[in-house]
Amino acid sequence: MMAKLNDKPLLSARNLGKHYGQRLGCRDVNFDLYEGEVLAVVGESGSGKSTLLSLLATELPPTAGAVNYRMRDGETRNLFDLTEAERRFLLRTDWGFVRQDARDGLRMGVSAGGNVGERLMAVGGRHYGRIRDTASDWLNRVEIEPERIDDLPKSFSGGMRQRLQIARNLVTHPRLVFMDEPTSSLDVSVQARLLDLIRGLVSELGLAVIIVTHDLAVARLLSHRIMVMRQGRVIETGLTDQVLDDPREAYTQLLVSSVLAA
Amino acid sequence: MTQNLVTLEGVSKAFTLHLRDGMKISVVDNVSFAVKPGECVVLGGPSGAGKSSILKMIYGNYRCDHGRILVRDGDEQVDVANAEPRRILALRGSVMGYVSQFLRVIPRVSSLDIVAGAATDSGVPQPEAWARAERLLTLLNVPERLWSLPPATFSGGEQQRVNIARGLAADRPILLLDEPTASLDAANRAVVVRLIEEKKRAGAAIIGIFHDDDVRELVADRIVDVTEFASSKAA
Repeated sequence: MMAKLNDKPLLSARNLGKHYGQRLGCRDVNFDLYEGEVLAVVGESGSGKSTLLSLLATELPPTAGAVNYRMRDGETRNLFDLTEAERRFLLRTDWGFVRQDARDGLRMGVSAGGNVGERLMAVGGRHYGRIRDTASDWLNRVEIEPERIDDLPKSFSGGMRQRLQIARNLVTHPRLVFMDEPTSSLDVSVQARLLDLIRGLVSELGLAVIIVTHDLAVARLLSHRIMVMRQGRVIETGLTDQVLDDPREAYTQLLVSSVLAA
Repeated sequence: MTQNLVTLEGVSKAFTLHLRDGMKISVVDNVSFAVKPGECVVLGGPSGAGKSSILKMIYGNYRCDHGRILVRDGDEQVDVANAEPRRILALRGSVMGYVSQFLRVIPRVSSLDIVAGAATDSGVPQPEAWARAERLLTLLNVPERLWSLPPATFSGGEQQRVNIARGLAADRPILLLDEPTASLDAANRAVVVRLIEEKKRAGAAIIGIFHDDDVRELVADRIVDVTEFASSKAA
């Protein structure tokens, strides 16, 4: 369940914005994210949701605003004031990033076990046997048969690759995971299994997640809160089922009514 | 003096349909009533009067345009109309439950786990949660051979009864019942009436919508006629 209510946000975006020259990426983004909270950012392509995710994950420098993050030692820092070494450490330990295309999130020339073990080594794991055991345990948790531990991800199906990406990201027990359209490259039948797996792990581990998706069904299944973006701005935000069942803005009503009821 | 668990003060709701040239549909206006522990208030009125919208506003599923919806959480009163999303989620976790006739199917989870899980989520300890789930499924005539299966393949009636079991397994002081007995047979309706009586004796505040007159007669302490809150369209 949710963390206690009097705690401080894990991450706060304040007046965050990005212009590419004259062109607007996103602007005036403000929100707080707490531990254990899943926030879905929805909108069509070009709405600015991917730009926002890149800013939050410090892959892009902003042209305005700040992102304050509560570090493991309790201190809150603006992510854009971190040194490069501090930023890399955060990326390797406290954060995960599940990409739409598994080829961007995995090392395709390294075995499945290696993909998971690599993150452990990055945080100081040195004992080969223990790393292999932990990797095997995580493959099992994401429903990949442990016999496949020495196989390359190239030989995996799309759904297996996404599950391997999840294992690689979660093995270091991050507090915050970014997800960029994690299911959209998969067949519908495979999507359901992956969503179910993600949902179980997120609630079991109490992860904070920021997930970008154009799929409102994914947002409904996984997220507590939703932020609707259009033309670089956040136009509506709230409890997920409230925004989807009682959308207020014209654009959100259009998005919701465009989904075929299954 | 017992304190109200739910208090609505001057609650109004309208939908603006932007895709229909901004057409505005008023649903209810100036809804005010309160519910005490152990009391069951039934919302009455014809279909379309706004009964379901009122329940959904209390649960935070629909927005409330005007007024206050005060929900008691221990010593605190939370105004759902203005609360942060995570505050509303916390209320749903421990204070208020919502039971409709429709089951949102969770893939790959067995019926028994769904019902027991609802109990543990609300803070019921494990062995007790299992016992409670088994009792509810038995009372609601869900055959034992189905308990280990996910309800996706069940008949509509069986899914509905799993859903009721899930909704009643939790220990929450406020229960919102949105026609949970619709299309149930008489025997199962009687079971639901008995379970609602148990909840009332345990001190729950219940707000419900029931289309069956027999159920309404048996469980209601008070009927709130929602047509009283019809918005100015009549004026």
